[in-house]
Amino acid sequence: MTAMQPAVGASTSSDMTINLGPQHPSTHGVLRLMVALDGEYVKSCRPVVGYLHRGLERMMAARPYRQSVPFTDRLDYCASLNSNLAISQAIERIGGMAVPERAQYLRVMLCEMNRIASHLIFFGTYAADIGATTAFLYAFRERERLLDLLEAYTGARLTCNWIRPGGVASDMPEGYAQAVCAFLDGFLKELDAYDTLLTGNPIFRVRTEGVGIISPEKAIAYGASGPVLRGSGVNIDLRRTEPYDAYPRTQFDVPLRTEGDCLARYLVRVEEMRQSARIIRQCLREMPEGEHWGKQPKVFRPAAGEAYSRTESPRGELSIYLVSDGTANPVRVRVRGPSFVHLSMLPELVRGVKVADMIAILGSLDTVLGEVDR
Amino acid sequence: MAEPLTQQEVDTWRLPVPGGALIVAPLDRLTQWARRNSLWSLTFGLSCCAIEMMATAGSRYDLDRFGMFFRATPRQADVMIVAGWVSVKMAPFIRRLYDQMPEPKYVIAMGGCASAGGPYRDSITVVKGVDQFVPVDVYVYGCPPRPENLINGILHLQERIRHEKALTRRGAPVPAREPVIIGGEA
Repeated sequence: MTAMQPAVGASTSSDMTINLGPQHPSTHGVLRLMVALDGEYVKSCRPVVGYLHRGLERMMAARPYRQSVPFTDRLDYCASLNSNLAISQAIERIGGMAVPERAQYLRVMLCEMNRIASHLIFFGTYAADIGATTAFLYAFRERERLLDLLEAYTGARLTCNWIRPGGVASDMPEGYAQAVCAFLDGFLKELDAYDTLLTGNPIFRVRTEGVGIISPEKAIAYGASGPVLRGSGVNIDLRRTEPYDAYPRTQFDVPLRTEGDCLARYLVRVEEMRQSARIIRQCLREMPEGEHWGKQPKVFRPAAGEAYSRTESPRGELSIYLVSDGTANPVRVRVRGPSFVHLSMLPELVRGVKVADMIAILGSLDTVLGEVDR
Repeated sequence: MAEPLTQQEVDTWRLPVPGGALIVAPLDRLTQWARRNSLWSLTFGLSCCAIEMMATAGSRYDLDRFGMFFRATPRQADVMIVAGWVSVKMAPFIRRLYDQMPEPKYVIAMGGCASAGGPYRDSITVVKGVDQFVPVDVYVYGCPPRPENLINGILHLQERIRHEKALTRRGAPVPAREPVIIGGEA
């Protein structure tokens, strides 16, 4: 053994830069991570976005206001109805449209159903990221039942395009409330079972507990929202702090965890599904009779001005900013998506962690690349 | 174009011997049979359609029934399902993935975006259909297609493989494949 050879056991690895993605299955879409590694440890990570860029804001600005609703279906495709709501609210604000009370309840009901569907995707894919494939199959079984209900009402499984400026596209079909209640009864029982399957699983806990801790200060500084923010102990939920539609008239708890790690974000989302079920039941119980559709102008030309709407999507604050110059098309549409903000936290969160933990952290942020790239 | 492989033909391959059975089959027919019934797909989702592709692989629709199994590397994949819109930035990577797949390889364009640009047809950054840079075997319509429709596309692909000659002489010209367009009026 010459003096040039390193001793056995010492680290011989030099820095290595690898690309994760853009088609890597664990990146949830088309995200490329340029990672500098020192052995198993991440030295730095640079997310490269833009692989799904389609100029959505510009395309929305090139159309009459109401034609931009279908594009929002494909913005955050896991929760299309929540995205529909964001643009509809912005258009209603800029045009001064009123939404009938029944439509407000229908909207809240649809949004919460979609929130459950979105969180079920998170539940399944996050478990699969960490290595528990079974949970994926359970989550998708339940999700299919929910999508059946969405399809029965809106006609589409994924891209519903049902919440439109001024209300919702039609009233509920006959016997829908009973079907939804029957689903929720079964779903809550299943959710408890999933909890035992995954939440109590020691491997899952070791992989998530204390991993990727976000302090409340950091979460606020980055502009995090939704379960990422509430997993860090900051109690801000736009459904509570700036309530819209029928939310002021519904009772629900805002799940909050103070740990700020991956497990906390996961637990917040699981608890949110229970609260969503509670909100849906209240909506069905308290929904007044009436119109589902407000009075609308045939040609929509809002006065020059601007409008901003903030909504709580399953991922966090989804806001849309509209500028009108008095013509039929908006001058500018700007989407403020939560996923982009959360993704920008990734480089700081993964510095110094192991590669496998990086996947766990990325999954816990629950980004949707369609909304990151726009 | 070969004689389509039928179940009757597959049944004749069975040769009973004491204590079991052997399978004696022409190699090209056996290859065709295996190729058709184990189409491994590349784990590769782009956007909305990827969620429906996940649902198709999930509990209710269960792609495993058709011998379809997702592999995370192109080197072990037979079929590539392009699920979502393809931006100009993404297209070279899809071509590279396609080039990394071993022959014979097939491409399914899932949904409107992958087939022709879909709702983003007038976007400057979206490629108007993946057939501009990879040959497509089956176009599946929908935005996004229902899982049943994707399964329909996969069955059409299997049907095509059933009619294909599995083994060819080295250097023989590869016959051009006409794409299948599923559903819709032209």
